[in-house]
Amino acid sequence: MREQKTYMLNMGPAHPAMHGVVRLLLELEGEKIVNTEVEIGFLHRAFEKHGEAETWNNVVPWTDRLNYVSPLINNVGYCMAVEKLAGITLPERGQYLRVIASEISRVTDHLTCVGASAMELGAFTPFLYLIKAREYLYQLVDQLTGARITTSYTRVGGVKADMPANFPEQCKEVFKKVREAISDTDKLLTKNRIFMDRVDGTGIISKEDALAYGITGPFLRSTGVPYDVRRAHPYLVYDQLNFEVPVGTKGDNFDRYLCRLAEIEQSLRILEQCFEKIPQGKHSLEPKEMKNAFEYQDAGKHGETALLAKYKAKVDQTLAGGQRGDRPDVLTQDPIFVMPAKEDAYGSIEGLMNHFELVMWSWGIKIPAGESYFAVEGGNGELGFRVVSSGDDRPWRVRCRPPCLFIMAALPKLLNGSWVADVIPTFGSVNMIAGELDR
Amino acid sequence: MIPAEIKRVEAAKNFEELKSLKDAGYNVLVDLTAIDYQGHPNPPIKERFDVVYEIMKLDAATGDDKGRVEVRCGVDEKPVLRSAAPLWPIADWLEREVWDMFGVGFADREGIKRLLMYEEFEGHALRKDYPITKRQPLIGPESGELKDSPSFNIVRPTIKYE
Repeated sequence: MREQKTYMLNMGPAHPAMHGVVRLLLELEGEKIVNTEVEIGFLHRAFEKHGEAETWNNVVPWTDRLNYVSPLINNVGYCMAVEKLAGITLPERGQYLRVIASEISRVTDHLTCVGASAMELGAFTPFLYLIKAREYLYQLVDQLTGARITTSYTRVGGVKADMPANFPEQCKEVFKKVREAISDTDKLLTKNRIFMDRVDGTGIISKEDALAYGITGPFLRSTGVPYDVRRAHPYLVYDQLNFEVPVGTKGDNFDRYLCRLAEIEQSLRILEQCFEKIPQGKHSLEPKEMKNAFEYQDAGKHGETALLAKYKAKVDQTLAGGQRGDRPDVLTQDPIFVMPAKEDAYGSIEGLMNHFELVMWSWGIKIPAGESYFAVEGGNGELGFRVVSSGDDRPWRVRCRPPCLFIMAALPKLLNGSWVADVIPTFGSVNMIAGELDR
Repeated sequence: MIPAEIKRVEAAKNFEELKSLKDAGYNVLVDLTAIDYQGHPNPPIKERFDVVYEIMKLDAATGDDKGRVEVRCGVDEKPVLRSAAPLWPIADWLEREVWDMFGVGFADREGIKRLLMYEEFEGHALRKDYPITKRQPLIGPESGELKDSPSFNIVRPTIKYE
């Protein structure tokens, strides 16, 4: 007598094809997947609980660690939610800088996803090309924010600092290299028989299923639904920028790959427009003579306040952007929400008091009681933040709507009925970022 | 700026309200979460937890968001809400997260499983009375197999939805 049985295969939590830690439990019938269970939570770091214990601005560094491939978008999303609740509007230059930061991050996110999923299918060369291009972009992010990944660039009310003087020129150079890498990848992969066999027609999800699972981002657009938060609810200056929303037709892995490549090009287009349209900083004064911070403070203590206006404080690298200079162009100038310029803090009693009122325990910025939900287009889709305030100096609740959680929940739908080998391209195209998924 | 109409609904009627909204064309469950108002200086509700369903009417052809509704239900610890998983399959995971983090149960989901924390975890981490400094040992099953644990060696059937 013959008997047919299914058997279980455990993939993960630490598996070469699982980026990050997640466990797939596959029920197999031969090579065919009958059923799938996804277990998540291995990287849970209690972001939301920590958010309740930090002051409003101190949550920003935690948001870096959500989607660590595109941290700047998380920074922007969180701060926009808080600003919506507080009713703060940003200076236009600050808004453009946020768009520039988000779009650079989106490109790095897509480059990582396309590169890593190609590598898992054996295409190592495109991976190296794309990661090299990503590295150039990370260097730009480093120039802009002072860090490659843990950026913490935004503040409630604006951004940390203006961009460096030659930033647009540097970007132009880098975009050339990114475009080269994309075109090389396109030549290597898009008509490659081995690659096509693995991705074309695998991991198909229908429009209806994608909507039922709340999927957004490139994953939804590959099924043909052109939903993009930047279009549906334009935030910052996206309504003044020209870009297309690339869509697919079938909703398979190949469509998602093409969508991501097309979106990289659109993001680069947005960036180029930003550098053309960004208003010049009005407040940028002639480069003044710099004085060390301690000299500045001494002059203040001796009452030489008339002299102080002539000098710019030379501060530690970690405080760069805190000086007078371009600050009013990128940060809202409301003393209730924004730290005073370092010159004011060192040189005048009002500035010093303002500084201390904002850093003292339970005296920090106070956001009016209420609740707000704000969503930005993240690398994987609608990245939403819901913040609740009780009128205190820290959030009552911070909720992050992680876009890849919704795709991961649909994974059984994508995998059941396909082959074990299809797990690799399908899971690669999900672009699961464990930091965001598990929070 | 993502405007949403707020609808406060009695907790026991959440399913009917969501179903009527789904029939009215609200096809995407954007988010489901809860807020614990214990100890809040002026809580907007008299119950302890505020459960929020954010739903959206998405035009699949043009990609436009035709409006959003926030369905809000105040609940206490007693499970009175009904599961929305028959309407939107994603509600399965989101409800598991709400149960995991807040201990808000669902009347028709017996034996609901945690989503982010491990099964032996005691308490619900996002409740206001769960101290942030509290530590618990990470307990794993000794034999590698737990008899009654759904996460080990039992694959649950995929959920059916309308």
